[in-house]
Amino acid sequence: MVEVKNVNKSFGDTQVLFDVSAKFEPGRMNLIIGASGQGKSVLAKCIVGLHEVDQGQIIYDGRDFSAMNRTERTVIRKEIGMLFQGSALFDSLTVIENVMFPLRMFTEMTEAEMRERASFCLNRVNIVGKDGLLPAECSGGMQKRIGIARAIAMNPKYLFCDEPNSGLDPKTSIVIDNLIRELTYEYKMTTIVITHDMNSVMEVGDHIIFINQGRKWWEGTNKEIIKTDNEEVVSFVYASSFMKTLREKLINS
Amino acid sequence: MNLFEHIGRFVMMLRSVFSKPEKAKVFRKRFFNEIDYIVINSIPLVAFLSVFMGAVISLQTASNMSSPLLPEYTIGYITRQSTILEFSPTIISLIIAGKVGSNIASEIGTMRVTEQIDALEIMGVNSIGYLMLPKILATMIFFPFVTIISMVLSLLGGWIAGVQSGLYSTETYVYGIQAFWNVDSHGLYYALTKSVVFAFILTAIPSYYGYYTRGGALEVGRSSTKAVVASSVVILLANYILTQLILI
Repeated sequence: MVEVKNVNKSFGDTQVLFDVSAKFEPGRMNLIIGASGQGKSVLAKCIVGLHEVDQGQIIYDGRDFSAMNRTERTVIRKEIGMLFQGSALFDSLTVIENVMFPLRMFTEMTEAEMRERASFCLNRVNIVGKDGLLPAECSGGMQKRIGIARAIAMNPKYLFCDEPNSGLDPKTSIVIDNLIRELTYEYKMTTIVITHDMNSVMEVGDHIIFINQGRKWWEGTNKEIIKTDNEEVVSFVYASSFMKTLREKLINS
Repeated sequence: MNLFEHIGRFVMMLRSVFSKPEKAKVFRKRFFNEIDYIVINSIPLVAFLSVFMGAVISLQTASNMSSPLLPEYTIGYITRQSTILEFSPTIISLIIAGKVGSNIASEIGTMRVTEQIDALEIMGVNSIGYLMLPKILATMIFFPFVTIISMVLSLLGGWIAGVQSGLYSTETYVYGIQAFWNVDSHGLYYALTKSVVFAFILTAIPSYYGYYTRGGALEVGRSSTKAVVASSVVILLANYILTQLILI
């Protein structure tokens, strides 16, 4: 479980996060949603340690990550897998080398064992026969799946996904969402997904946190978000007239 | 950011650069790749420049020697001294700073803006050490050899230009190259010391600018330009300081 306790974060004079607290439990899809510029990416970066919190705590299964030094954090970092918005695959490495990278850095596996594990992860995300390609030769959806394969290569306890659907068509988005959900349930990972894709919210949102103006504005499930009367949540989730109509139909039914 | 903040951040960065690599095997592989990428790939350009610069130095010296009191072997002597003291360590470093510096800054800068550096950090990799140490060490160790190659080829260029134009004979030129070597040989130590320092500058400064790039493609281009300008300026400053310290 990942716990965020009273986190505050500022950049210069601008405070971005105000006293945010949340619990993200394993084995379910935890979504952080919110409009652009409201602080959800900053919160995610604070959780994984790319930004230091000004006040508050980030706790990984009882271990206070925010109080650790770089060396101590390395232990937890090896338990984290992350899928980036732009996939962040290493340009100079082939598909299989990208997936093998964390294994090469942090395990004593032989070349054959690493290759076997990387092939297993690539198979798990339905990438077959693309081992020798460079990331630039793969489509956006493939890059995301390779990113997921790399993220799960070390059997992580925690999986972070930063806007996994950005730049993808709706069909591929659903494939990626379902894949992340399957892996989360299968490996009982604590998964946190930052998204503003409403399909994802409705499809896979087991636990949703809505961030607005740097504060945790709302918390609930995908079933609860349909019925919520929180004005900001409604105006964000049901921004289009199509979504408004859909919501009315769902509530009435 | 002002100059002092840049210097402070650069020094802090160096602490991470020279920390122990996570995996010796990975470091070794990257080290040899960087030798190929930075050092070996620079040799054709260095060779081309050195031959022609050596030729020009000797021809200009010959054409300016109007006094009958100056012996003809002075041409070889001046070519040797110009090449060893300044051309091969300093001018070649400046040129390589342009070629390699922009490459390093744009490579690391692109990794920054495409979140590849964040990916390394989240995995628990010391991204600064992983990316920069092999580049800096490979260049510092092998750049002196490039400098020596440059010296040899520059002297060869001077010989070819003078002999084929009939301005001096091979014997005179070789005699000039050998002249006063017992008292001037410390110039080689000075040149190689400079080349090690310049190798550090031309890799560490572009790495710094690349690593701290923020934004997108435009900023990567800007970082690349800043890296080349800053490393060239620092090479010239270091050249002055080292000359004062070693030669004077």
